[in-house]
Amino acid sequence: MNMNDLVFMILGLITLLGALGVVAFKNIVHAALALVVSFLGVAGLYFQLQAEFLGLVQVMVYAGAISVLVIFAIMLVMDRDPETTNLSHKVNRWWGGLIALLFAALIGASIWESQFTIQAGNVSVDRMGQIAELLLGDYVVAFEVAAILLLVAVVGAIILAKGAKDQ
Amino acid sequence: MIGFQHYLLLATILFAIGIYGVLSKRNAVAVLMSVELMLNSVNLNFVAINRYIVTDQAVGQLFALIVIVVAAAEVAVGLALIISIFRQRKSVSLNDFNLLKW
Repeated sequence: MNMNDLVFMILGLITLLGALGVVAFKNIVHAALALVVSFLGVAGLYFQLQAEFLGLVQVMVYAGAISVLVIFAIMLVMDRDPETTNLSHKVNRWWGGLIALLFAALIGASIWESQFTIQAGNVSVDRMGQIAELLLGDYVVAFEVAAILLLVAVVGAIILAKGAKDQ
Repeated sequence: MIGFQHYLLLATILFAIGIYGVLSKRNAVAVLMSVELMLNSVNLNFVAINRYIVTDQAVGQLFALIVIVVAAAEVAVGLALIISIFRQRKSVSLNDFNLLKW
């Protein structure tokens, strides 16, 4: 086992344990902190996949901004004993577990049986330059639409959370 | 030897955990957090395919970037909706959001 395999296993373990923490912790504040751990594990996997820019974006946007947003929202809507805020539905937990297991078994088996044509070798080109050229070249419309979407979503979120006043 | 398929399998397990959370959790914020897990696994797939299958272009990373933007917008609006409903119903349990239920 070489170094890359060991790093993948450690990062994958961090990611999966964080994700399990999200669904397993009874206290939703702890679940949100486990979510941050899972995001950081995914960011490490991006670095391992030689997507450094995306790893940094993951750390800033997910582990930084989105998790803070989630924790603030939890703080605003906490209405009972914190130890009972992240419970599972009595019946639906079994159906949910069954469906998740079937999904993982089906997709996992089909991935394992598939043949992929892997392109060998490391990526040695300037990835960030490529992303920049694509973002402001072929995909400039998607880039601008994403910017407008973010603006509209944030304004809408402020209006929804503040509550509209009667004129 | 860790390869492409291991990344896909990891993303599959992450997505399955997200499905379990979405289907079984009673707290609306927990459901949103599980949706974030699912989006993360899709991004992991995009980046892994970009690394192993289509290595000459950065389109996979670009798609993952746009998914991150949409996820940020989604979580902002979703949490604002939850706060707005909490003000009316004094609860974030999905059992209490039964206004439109059959």
